[in-house]
Order: sequence, then C-alpha cells, then structure tokens
Amino acid sequence: MGRKLLTEHINVEGIETFEVYRKHGGYRSVEKAIKTMTPDEVVEEVKKSGLRGRGGAGFPTGMKWSFLAKPEGVPRYLVCNADESEPGTFKDRQLMSKLPHLLIEGMITSSYALGANTSYIYIRGELLYVLRILEKAIAEAYAAGFLGKNILGSGYDLDLFVHPGGGAYICGEETALLESLEGKRGNPRNKPPFPAVQGLYARPTVVNNVESIAAVPVIVNDGGDEYAKIGVGRSTGTKLFSACGHLNKPGIYEIELGLPVEEFIYSDEYCGGIWKGRELKAVVAGGSSVPILPKELILKTAAGENRLMTYESLSDGGFVTGTMLGSGGFIAMDETTCIVRNTWNFSRFYHHESCGQCSPCREGTGWMEKVLHRLEHGHGHMEDIDLLVSVAKQIEGNTICPLGEAAAWPVAAAVRHFRHEFEWHVTHAKEAAQPGAVYRPSGVLV
Amino acid sequence: MAKITFDGIEVEVPDGTTILNAARQIGGSIVPPAMCYYTPLKGSGGKCRACLVRVAAGSAKDPRPMPKLVASCVTPVQDGMVVENTTNPQVLDVRKGIVEMLLINHPLDCPVCDQAGECDLQNFAFEHGVSTTRYQEERRTFEKIDIGPLIQLHMTRCILCYRCVYTADQIAKGDRIHGVLGRGDAAEIGTYIENIIDNDFSGNVIDVCPVGALTDKTFRFKSRVWFTKPVNAHRDCPKCSGNVVLWYKGNDVLRTTARKDQYGEVKEWICNECRFEKKETADWTIEGPAHIDRSSVISANHYELPVLNQSVVADLPESTQRDLQQNPPLKLGN
Repeated sequence: MGRKLLTEHINVEGIETFEVYRKHGGYRSVEKAIKTMTPDEVVEEVKKSGLRGRGGAGFPTGMKWSFLAKPEGVPRYLVCNADESEPGTFKDRQLMSKLPHLLIEGMITSSYALGANTSYIYIRGELLYVLRILEKAIAEAYAAGFLGKNILGSGYDLDLFVHPGGGAYICGEETALLESLEGKRGNPRNKPPFPAVQGLYARPTVVNNVESIAAVPVIVNDGGDEYAKIGVGRSTGTKLFSACGHLNKPGIYEIELGLPVEEFIYSDEYCGGIWKGRELKAVVAGGSSVPILPKELILKTAAGENRLMTYESLSDGGFVTGTMLGSGGFIAMDETTCIVRNTWNFSRFYHHESCGQCSPCREGTGWMEKVLHRLEHGHGHMEDIDLLVSVAKQIEGNTICPLGEAAAWPVAAAVRHFRHEFEWHVTHAKEAAQPGAVYRPSGVLV
Repeated sequence: MAKITFDGIEVEVPDGTTILNAARQIGGSIVPPAMCYYTPLKGSGGKCRACLVRVAAGSAKDPRPMPKLVASCVTPVQDGMVVENTTNPQVLDVRKGIVEMLLINHPLDCPVCDQAGECDLQNFAFEHGVSTTRYQEERRTFEKIDIGPLIQLHMTRCILCYRCVYTADQIAKGDRIHGVLGRGDAAEIGTYIENIIDNDFSGNVIDVCPVGALTDKTFRFKSRVWFTKPVNAHRDCPKCSGNVVLWYKGNDVLRTTARKDQYGEVKEWICNECRFEKKETADWTIEGPAHIDRSSVISANHYELPVLNQSVVADLPESTQRDLQQNPPLKLGN
C-alpha cells in the first residue's frame, strides 16, 4: 500500500469544512512557515523536495520559484492554474472539491514563500460547483484569520481570489491564462518575457498547478528531504493519476512515483485490470496530448525493463518508444478500440480549441482533423498517412504555445505505432467506415 | 550594445533589439520575411511564424542552442548570439510549410485581387513556397463585408495577421469596434454587429493589411498597381503629417496611401481626409516620383519603349516592314 500524502483524509466526512480539516492537522504548514521560517527557507525546502510541476511540463517547482524577479516596491503574484481540461485528466477537480482547504493552505504557504500579497485561483468556468466550494472554504479561512490582514499576527497580508475562466482549453496555457485573468481574450503571449519577469499585470508571477500547490503543505510540514525520499531518482513524491478508459476500476489514484505501470493497470489496489477480461491495446499515459503507446511499449521500456510511473521511465526512448507523464491522465484502451477513430476524436478536440493566433496551429489542426475524418469515413488515400505525419511535423515546435505540440504528438505517435491500422482504413475503406469497425490482425471486425 | 552573428555576418545592435531588426540592419535578401510584424504597431509579431529562425547559440554567457526555432520578430538579441536563417535547411523547410498553411484558406485570386503586385503573401510564396498544395479539403469562404463607406473586407483573403486590429486599437483609441471573433481556423476579423469603423484614421488598416483582405473602396478595380505611377506629395493637414504617396494614372490621382519603407511599413499614419477625399493634384504639393524597388512588380510598367533603328528595319523582309508601318509595336527611330 503506497503512502498517500495529499489524499490521506479525502474520505473523512466533512473534510471540506475548516473545522474538520483543522482537526486532521490542517493549516499546520501555514503556522510553521509564517512563525518559524523565512520565505527563502520555504523556497529552499521546496527545492530540496524535488517537487516537479504536476500540470504536465514537470519543471522543478522550487527552481521556478527561485526565478521569480523581486524588484523593490512592485507586487508579485501567485496564480494557481485550476483550468484542468485536457481530455483524460480530472484529478484537480477532485482535489479541489473534496479538499479545498488543502489547496488554500498550499496557496497561503506558497504566497508567503514568494512574497505575494494577492493570489488567484484561476478555475475552469464549467466547474462552477467547485468554485462555490472554494469560495466557501476561502470565507472560512478569512474568518479563522488565515487569510486577510496580519495573518496569525505576523504582519503578513494575503488576499485570495477565485476567478472562473470562460471555459477554453487554451486558458490552461499559463500566459493565455494570465491574459484571461486580466479580462482579455485568452490568447497565449510570446515568450520571452516569461511570467516570472512579466506576468499578471506585467508583474512577476508564478503560475503553478493545483496539485503542485497542494503538495507544498506536506513538504513544509515534513521537510523537503523527507518528501524527496519517496519516489525514484528525480521523480520524487506522490502523484495523482486519473485513470479512465477500459479499466475495471477507473478513478483517481495517488501513487508513489516509481510504481510499475503493469502494477498500476492490473493490481486490485489500483485499476484492477482491463474490463470484461479483454486485452489491453494501447495507453495514453499523461492526458490526450502525450504520445500514445501500444501495450508492449507501455509495460516495458526499450531496454526490456518494467516501465515505471516516473517522468524519466515513461519518457525513456524519446518519442520513438516512450511517452510523457504529463498531467497524469491515464487512458487505457482495450482491443475493441479503433486507433484511427480515437486519433480523429483527439484531433477534433485540438482543432476546436486552437486559439487561432499562429498560422501552423490555426490551419494545421483543422487540416489534420479533416484528413483523419476522411480516413475514418472511408475516403482516405495511402498518401494521407504520410501527409498526417508531415503536417504534424510542420506544427510541432513552430507555434507560440505548446498547444501545437499537444495537437501534433497524438497524431504522429498513432501513425508511428499503428500505421497498419491506418493502412487498413484505406485498403478496407468500406468495412472500416462501418460504425464500431475495428482493425484486428486477423481482419475480423468487432 | 550586443554583438550577434546572423548567417555568418556580424552586426552590433543596441540591447533590446529583436533578431529581425538586427537582420534588417544588415539588409538584403537574408532578412527573414514578416507577415504579421509591423514596427509601428506595439504588440504585433509572433503570430504568422514566417520569420522563424534557428538560434544556434543563445549568448556568449550561455552558448547552448535554443531547442526550438524562434520568432525573430519578438525575440530580443543577446550578446554573442548566433542566428541561422537562410543558412539553415530546417528554417527554409519550415517556411515552405508556413506558406502552405497560409495558402490553405487564402484564395489564389491574384488576377482579380486589388493587392496583386503589393501583396506580402505573394512575395513570401514566390520566395519560399512550392508550386503545389497537398490540401484537398473544402476551403472557407465568406461574403464580402462593407466596413463603412470607404473600406471593404474580403475575409476570404485574410490571413489573420492581426495588424489591422492593432492599428484600429492603437490609432483609434477608445473607438475600436473591430477585432478577432471565433477561434482556431474559424477565427475571423469582424466588426461587432456589423458596425462601421468610424474614425479619422481608420483607413490605415488598408495600408497595414499584408494581403488583399482590406481594400480601399475609392480605388478598387480602377487599375492594376503596376499601371499607376507613385508620386510623393504633401499638404498642410490639420490632422496628420500630410505626407503621402499619390498613385497616378495619366493625370488622375487614383489612390492615396501613406508612405512605406522598404519593408512595407508605414512610418507616418495618414488621416481619412488625405486618403479618401483629396484626389486632385491641386490639393497637393508634388515632391517627385516615389522610390520603388527595382525588383518590385510595381516598377514593371515603367520602362521606356526601346527604339528600333531604321537601318535594322531596312534589313527586315518587306512583309514585316509593311506590318511594322501599319501596326508599330515599338517606336521607330532614325
């Protein structure tokens, strides 16, 4: 049984209230940090912990904090990115709705470390019910003196606001999020300047994911070194995975980083194997934007070792044999899944969500979607398969923000690992276009 | 000051200069193309991705290459930076891709487009594109939109460079009612509830448009640009500098535009009165012919007709000589 650092008390009745949360050790990190530590000491603990951004990029959080410019007399901001909207990723909303005070505690401790007197939680507009939960919890924290003026008599002031976004995937990109938070259209900004130098209202800003911020109280309470003992190598601590797809027990699991993928899928403690006793076909390990891997490659690395749920092991072999840990959106697909249809579906999403600012993403996402639509509906040609790869390559790395890569990687990886399935859609166009048709090596339709 | 190497050529520029502007200091054909960047417009650039370059060394302090290609128009130089543009095959390959992407929803209607001859996309495609396309799907089309009595929007030709949006935003402060609607490839330039842009400087959106999406209603279809003669002129205008280019056909002023530099950028915005209303030579003080680059198609019709020497004609067959007398295609000299 792995240790649960964030979700230990998630099933305690009433844990979403200040009173119960406090009884279970809540807000200890705020007291410890504000009363006994300097802001720099808190940053140092986070650095020692080796915590890496849980939103997808995996950048070391402590290092990100230390990049924050600190000019005299200029406000700094901490913004929590709660705009979780990647298909397959749904861990943050659970964390926020069940443990709102954990996030608020993390926000207070982190804001203290960064010297921010105003902080924001930017939440996806559709999550209105979570917004209400957070607002209620924030009001409780104000009433208890953990927010507002002169927190715990220390002289430190902090105001915390929750801001609902308009419900666009692009607003999860940190600079688009800041634009949206400023009341503008959520278009990503050109970088540099980076938010650490010029972020919200052109002031130094740190943007962190919900899960990253929720891990800060644990790190401050137990110490960075303790936290770093969990996990493998540079992948320290625990991580929430939202498992969905053809699994016996889909759900949100907090695991210690380093768990073998095979154990995660098949053990009863976690996903309990593939439903209806079917065979696993492929897995998208970190949300729909990361490259898909067939069963053989998701279970074993290129060297034939067990693939572990860590940043390094999942990306072992680059994008030829590896993928990414991403945001932890673990989508398992059984043998009845048509990869072409699935890829088209992902592609539809990215086409719909592209902001349209830069040419490769604006035009390329639509182009890929249309070609995939043709292939899926029996109007494809053999050269379309290479065309998809070529268009994906033209988008990848050439856009303002990473949405271009998010759109290109799933398509390129699907063709890389399942080219035969795309070819079958061309050579057996009529059969493939039937609803529910799936390629099988024997040629039998499901 | 920062010293950078651009395609093997060293140049020293003030700190904060962008890579593109550093390249422009060298000049010539190595300057990356720019479809959305426009020097006078704050915040422009970074969108079309036409000016992507490879940074082979970030700076003298940190000589590591940048992992991705960067937009040269928005990336500031650092001392010791090494940039590859025309010398890097990846950059040239990507540029082909960008042309292909931009031409997906831009019709090749150059023969009827008013911007033909002055179109940045035409030049970009000619220099960096390929003659074929792999795009087979349906392309988007739009009805033409009248943006007031003076400007027409052909959304079909728009490549969403945002220049007109920035122009309207920065020149017509407080009056802006047009912008980008929708997102992804459904994005379009629009005026909310089809309002007009009603500002004294709104005509400048026509000048900044790199393609033929925004056209001058007082000029449309009157002439191809290479049949007109650009002349610099000025007038005492209470609203703007009054420095313009008059485009003549015979004795008629067909069009008035702001003056542009070699990169097609307007330095001084002009007002709508100068642009749309003053169409008589008497309204202006003429300065002389405007400079047009020899390589520009606008120069194409300005050659003197060659003179055929009579002694050459005398050697021609009689039937040819008769034809020449009846239908002289060229001037006949002595």
